Formats: sequence, structure tokens, C-alpha cells
Amino acid sequence: MTLLEFDDVSITYQARHGLVPAVRNLSLSLPLGQTLGIAGESGCGKTTLADSVLRLLPKSAQVSGHIRLDGEDVMAMSFGQLRAARWAKAAVVFQGAMHALNPVQRIETQLAEPILLHEDVGVQAARVRVGELLEQVGLPATRAGDYPHQLSGGQKQRVMIAMALACRPSLLIADEPTTALDVMVQAQVLDLLASLVRQFGLGVMLISHDLSVLAGACDRVAVMYAGRIVEEGAASDVFARPLHPYAKALAGAFPRIGDQAFRYAPAGLPGDPPFPGDLPPGCPLHPRCPIAVEACSTAEPLLSRYGDREAACHRVGEGLV
Amino acid sequence: MTSVSTRSIVWARRRRSWKQLGEQFRRSRTGILGLAIFVTFATLALAAPLLFDSSQLDVTKATGGVYESPTARYWLGTDDAGRNVLALVVWGARISLLVGLCATVLSMCIGTAVGIASGHFRGVIGGVLDRVIDWFLVIPFLPLAIVLATVLGKSLLNIIIVIGVTSWPATARLIRAQTLSVEGRPYLERAKALGSGDLHQMTRHVLPNVMPLVLANTTLAVSISILSETTLSFLGLGDPTAVSWGTILDDAFSTGAISAGAWWYLAAPGVCVVLVVLAFNLVGRALEDILDPREAPQ
Amino acid sequence: MIATRDAAAPALETRALEVEFRTRSGDVARAVDGVNLAVHRGEILALVGESGCGKTTLARTILGLQRPAAGAVYVGGEKLSYRARDLKAYRRRAQLILQDPSGALNPRHTVYEAVAEGLRVHGLHEGEEAKVADALARAGLRPPERFYLRYPHELSGGQRQRVVIAGALVLDPEVIVADEPVSSLDASVRGEILALLLRLRDELGLTLLVVTHDLGLAWNIADRVAVMYLGRIIEIGPTEQILAAPQHPYTQALLSVVPEVARLEPIVLTGETPDPTRIPAGCRFHTRCPALADGTAAAARVDELCRTVGLPVIAADVPGVGHTAACHLVEANAHR
Repeated sequence: MTLLEFDDVSITYQARHGLVPAVRNLSLSLPLGQTLGIAGESGCGKTTLADSVLRLLPKSAQVSGHIRLDGEDVMAMSFGQLRAARWAKAAVVFQGAMHALNPVQRIETQLAEPILLHEDVGVQAARVRVGELLEQVGLPATRAGDYPHQLSGGQKQRVMIAMALACRPSLLIADEPTTALDVMVQAQVLDLLASLVRQFGLGVMLISHDLSVLAGACDRVAVMYAGRIVEEGAASDVFARPLHPYAKALAGAFPRIGDQAFRYAPAGLPGDPPFPGDLPPGCPLHPRCPIAVEACSTAEPLLSRYGDREAACHRVGEGLV
Repeated sequence: MTSVSTRSIVWARRRRSWKQLGEQFRRSRTGILGLAIFVTFATLALAAPLLFDSSQLDVTKATGGVYESPTARYWLGTDDAGRNVLALVVWGARISLLVGLCATVLSMCIGTAVGIASGHFRGVIGGVLDRVIDWFLVIPFLPLAIVLATVLGKSLLNIIIVIGVTSWPATARLIRAQTLSVEGRPYLERAKALGSGDLHQMTRHVLPNVMPLVLANTTLAVSISILSETTLSFLGLGDPTAVSWGTILDDAFSTGAISAGAWWYLAAPGVCVVLVVLAFNLVGRALEDILDPREAPQ
Repeated sequence: MIATRDAAAPALETRALEVEFRTRSGDVARAVDGVNLAVHRGEILALVGESGCGKTTLARTILGLQRPAAGAVYVGGEKLSYRARDLKAYRRRAQLILQDPSGALNPRHTVYEAVAEGLRVHGLHEGEEAKVADALARAGLRPPERFYLRYPHELSGGQRQRVVIAGALVLDPEVIVADEPVSSLDASVRGEILALLLRLRDELGLTLLVVTHDLGLAWNIADRVAVMYLGRIIEIGPTEQILAAPQHPYTQALLSVVPEVARLEPIVLTGETPDPTRIPAGCRFHTRCPALADGTAAAARVDELCRTVGLPVIAADVPGVGHTAACHLVEANAHR
């Protein structure tokens, strides 16, 4: 059953100098119990997408299309329904979550906050639940009385995940959960997410610019560029055999260690990711694309199906990537 | 493109950012109000000799009666010697504003230099400067001012020195805090790695980033200086021959204006002080909002 | 500093280097606990390890930004002197590229001023504009004039990092120390910056010491890799050997959890890195060592050694061997 569905969603921001299209005609679906990865860099719209699920966007943002959480249209929900959905149906672990902890409150106070807000339980019952949550994320329950500065980066990230699980959501959205972490701590956090999926049958939307992380941790992955999906398919497939030149560049940015092809040959694209308010005509990748041709600067390619995969590129069939 | 024209283009950019500052300031109504009040007083002060002949300040040449209430001839009435109070107040503006501004410049220079130095130098030097700031901060203003004024003697210059020397610690404290936050930034480390010395780091990196705070603080410091000058003159520590709002208040008080019911004699300088202090506060607040370092640089 | 440089001497060398910090509670944190490291002319050496292992402290000490508690830094064979004038002259030969390009540039200085700063600090006013243009061009910002008057906030992350690199190049250094040069940049931009660093080595003969926690980066550009743990180098050698056939259990564990390495069974170490104020007795890694935990060390009869006997500091260059690991198990296996 589809836990989360984006149906031709477009999200536009109101900026000082005009309209900024952050997300353009995006369609995605995530069934219960699966992990979906969203790969992309700054400005591609991934954080906007994550924020839109719980209507956390600024008031000036215009949303078209449908965002369905458990079958219900999020944008059509009343405020009461939305409040109930926030945290209890879907929870978000934000980018830079480690810095989102209040430095002058103990961990247990911050963890208990969503529980007390959503469930009709007393403080004692909440405290018991806090202990359970900490154990679920691999921290001893005795740490509940600590302050954030007494925890390491990895431990703080676990607390944020615990906080997201506080009200037993069915959907967990994690925005760059491992970006600031060392490789070993990153592995620990990803392991934790995988075990939580197995234990609770959660649906997880994992956002990262590191395609290799997503390849290992997700079932399916969608690569975003300039507000649109440019490639979608089984995660390890997209990483090993990308169809779209941007997906290839992202995959190559984190080279396969041991592969001689990457020795003294760093892979990347020239230029920078485009600013969403200032997109080039035609395919937004064409100024940086190694295989761009005439057609690329005039017409934006549509997302087309190739077996189990989708890709938006004029030159997919030519096997150049 | 030679270095010379690069520099001229950099100046053009600086002029443009000043213009931007001006435009933002224009949008702040309280700022404009404050500026308007200040400009009015400044103009009056500068134009004093044109509006009222200095002989009107001379007690021996007074033309009016004793404690005349405000009439068409004397808009603010006369004092106990028959002098035109309006003339006194307008001439008084010169001294009050001059002393206020000079004392502020002195205070800001000392405060900024000590603040940046104590924030930049860690270890012994920083510690010593810290203690010096704390020491001066704790000394109560009035007793110190009285002692200094008595020791140095009564003159305008000494008043400026007294105010400057007693009010710099508050500025230094503020600048020091801002310096500490700038010191932690990576570009200071880069400057060190490039081989720059302490002076280069303090003047080329710390000072420009601390400047907005200094500017906003300056305007607020001016109002404090003017109040201090008024207080000191009122207590009789100022130059007895100079006419400032403080000395006018002192005269009014000591010649029994209150019991004589000559409210205009007290109200006029008092209201002037209040208005000027208010003006600087409004401008200072507006500048603070515009130059807040937390906002993205323009 | 009289220039009697030994051409065969390593560009940079540390001998028995130790750096200590005092924490708030008064404990002594041994951030660098005895390091012999030699970086040869024209080579790219990657210093890898997790956060807290001391790699950044080591890099800063090599640059003279931190004074060692013991041992010394040698530049081109001569001992580094900490007298102000000598240190300043040294700065022209060894430059730094920081991790966060937006923080590394003063937001109130233009690109021109940021790059020219190095020249101005050292009083090199002759031909300043030409040198700045040259440095910007070498760093990939062409045409350089277009960037002179821009401010950092008007540039992208990749462009800012290029400005920082230009600022380092303008002084014509022999050595560049790069601390996480691409970790805060977008994924598709990293390749260009890394390719730039490689080009600088090839065209200008620069020596590069890259400090990073990203093993993929090391695989991309490094000639040799040195792995640090709790203030010591625990394994060092040519990149192919260290990353494709690691010997030390710590390196093996690190590699196994890198997502791009699918061939190894992941060994996720438990717990957090112990802190430098309480370095374990014996082998400093033994508290988390999977080889000790699963009995491999016991089978080789070195488990008591692991727990009680510390390992010597690796020598800077072991002629003929190249790949060295500070581990009792590795030594035991080598002697069989």
C-alpha cells in the first residue's frame, strides 16, 4: 500500500526578484516497508520536497499537484488533521539535525516533548517511553539525563532519530542524516535505520548527495536535478549502471576504491549546480553535460521508461553514459 | 586593468554601498526623525553667531527684565540677569554638542583599540587588558569625574578628557565580545597561515568586521556624552565662562528659578538635552538594525 | 634562514612529534602522540582518519600554526625555527587550504584583495596584479579580471574554493597542506577541484599533504596514504596497497564500511573513538579491535601483547618496505 505519493507536484517560492520553481512536475511513490533514496545537490529541490510532506514550507510557497500521505491529500487537510499527522504519521530528521537540540534542556525533556503533545499520557509514562526509544536507537537509557553537549555527533544524530520515532510514525524522512559524520559513524547510523525498518516496517525517504550511501541503504533511488527527477530505478542498478549523465557524475564523485579507472582520475562536472530561479533553457544540465548536443539546449527531455528504470535525457538509448 | 583603476572601482563600490545604506536608512521613520532633530540643532548651533549676537550672553549687557516670562520679544523669556534665554540655549547648543562629539570620538578611539587588542591577544597581554577594562568599568562615573575635574581644573578640554576616559570601557567590552567571535572564523586562521602579523590581522580583518557595531555604538555614545557634560556642568565642574545647557541649568538652580516660578529657564535647556539625546538614540537604533552583522552583507 | 637545502631531503618531515592540549578539566589531551612522517617532493600524501584522531592538529603543527610539545618539524632538511622572521619566511614556502571556503574568505574583501593579501603581507608589491591574475587563472577562474571585484557571497562554493587555492598559489609555495579540501562542496563539483590539485602537482611540482576522512578522495589523488588513530600513524604506504590490501585491523574496518567498497564484509566498530586524554594501554586500538574480539589475535598468540605492550612509532621511511603497519598481529604474521 502506498505510504507516500507525489502526483505531478510543483512547488514555487516567492522571492524578492520573482518566482523560483524549486520542484517541477515531480511524481514519486513510496510503499510501506520500503526505503526510497533521493539523490541530489544543493538547489535541486530535495529539502523542499521533504518539507512539503508535512506542510512545513513557508506561507508564500505555491504547491500544485497532490501530495498524498497514506492516501490523504496533505494540502487539503485541515489544520487539526495536519497537526495529528505531524510526527504521528510522518516524522522528519532535518539536515543539520545535530544542531537542532536545545543546549539547555536535557535529552529526556526534548524526547518527551512530542510524546506529551500527541499522546494522552502522563509524564511518568512518557519517561518510560523515552527510555525505550533510546534503547531502540542503540543508546543506553541512562543517557536520558544528559545534556546535548555531553554527546558526540553520532550520538546526537541517534537522539534525533529517536525523537522522530517518538510517536510511532509510519514514514520517516531523513534529510542528509550522515553528511557531517565520519565513515564509521555513518555506517552505524545507516545500520540503525535499516534495523528500524526491519523492526517496525517503516517507510523511509532518505535524502543525500552521496549516491554510494543511497545505493547501499535504499531499495529504489530517484536522482534530482534542478527540481525534477532525471533518473529513477533500483538503487544499486542506478549506481552501477547509470543512464543519465548527471547520475553518472554523482556516482563517480564517490569513486569505487580498488577500481583502477578512478586512480588519478577524479570524476565531476564543470561549473556549478544551477540556481533554481535561473535555469538554462532546454535541459538544465546542458551547460555542464559532457554529451550535450544541439537538441539539449532547446527542448527539456521528458522522463521516459526503460524497463524498470526511468531517465530524462535525449541521448539515453545511445549507450554513451 | 591597472591597480589604480581597480582601486577607483573599489571606491565606486564603496560609494554604492554607502548609498544603499542611505536608502535603507531613509526607510526607517524613527531614524529619519532622529536625524531631522539632530540636523535642526546642529544648524542652530552653527548659526548661533548669526542669530544672536554674543553680547546677549554677557550679564552686564542684558537687555530684558528679571525673570520675564515668554513674550513675543523674548520667546523663552529671560533669566535672572535679564538675558535672552533663547540666545543662551542656542549658544549653549554649540558647547554641548561640541563637547559631546569630541568626548565620544575620544572614547570610541580608546574603546575600539583596547577592545580589539584585548580580544585578539590571548595570554598575558589579553588578560591584562581585560582586567584594565573591568577596572575602569567598575569605577563609578560621577565620583571619578569629580575627582578628575578637580585635579585637572575647570576647562572644556578637561571635561572632554574626563568624559572620554570614563566612558570608553563600555564600548571596549562590546567590541571585545565581537572581536572574540570574529577571531574564531577561518579567515583569521588563513591570514595567519599567509604570514600576516598581529597588526595586519587586527586592522585588515577584525576592524572592518567590527566597524558596523562601532558605528551604531558611536551614536548611542554621543547621547551619553552629552548627558554627562550636562551633569558635570550642572555640578559646576565645567568651564564657568562657557555657556552650555548644563551651565544654564546650574545657573537656574543656583539663582532660585524654581521658587521664582521661572519654569522657562529650566525647561528650555532640559527639553533641548532630552531632544538631542533622543535624536541620537533613534539614529543609533536605526543604524543597528541596518548594520546587524547577522544579516547577509549587501 | 640560510638556504642550504638538501635536494634529496623530504619536502616536509616530522621527527618524534608530539602535540598536547590542556582540556578544561585540566587533563592533558595528547592530540599527536609521536609521529615520524616524511612527505617527499612532488608527492601527494593523504592523511586519513576519523575526527579526533589528530590529523588536523598534525597538519597545523607542520605549518607552524601550532607549537609541538616535543619533537620537531623539518622543512627541506632544516629544522623549523619559531622565531617570527623565520616563521614568516616559511609561510611563503608552505601554504594552507582550509575546509570551508565560505568561512575562509573575509566577507568584506573582494576576490582581488583576498588573493593579493599574501603578496601584501610579505611586501611583494612588484607586479602584484600580474601575479594575482596568474594565480586566479591557474586556479581555473578565467578570465581572472571578471572575478576581481566579486565578493565571496556572490560566488558558488566551487568558485570560492578556487579563490582560496589562488590565494595559496600566489606566493609560489613548494608545499600545500589541504584540510578537507572538498568535503563542504557539492558532489558534482568535487571532481574539478581534485583534478585541479592533481594538475598543480603535475605542472608546478607542488607537494601536497591532504588531510581527509574520505578514503575515496585518497584513492582519487594520493600517491601514499597514512592512517591515523588517536594521535599515531598506525599504517602507511602506497595508496594501492593501503586501500586495496590493508593490513591493520583498523584500516580494514574503515575500508569495509565505505559504501563504495562492496567486496568487503562490513566491520562496524562498536562504540565511539576513545578520547585523547585517556589513551588505552598496550596497543591504543585494542579496545575496539575486531581481531582481538573475534579471537584471531589469540589464535596468533599475540592477544596479551595487544593488551599490554605498546607499539613503537613507525619510522618515516622504511627503505625497501614501503608499506608499514603498527600492529602485533601483522608483525606476528610477517615473521611466520
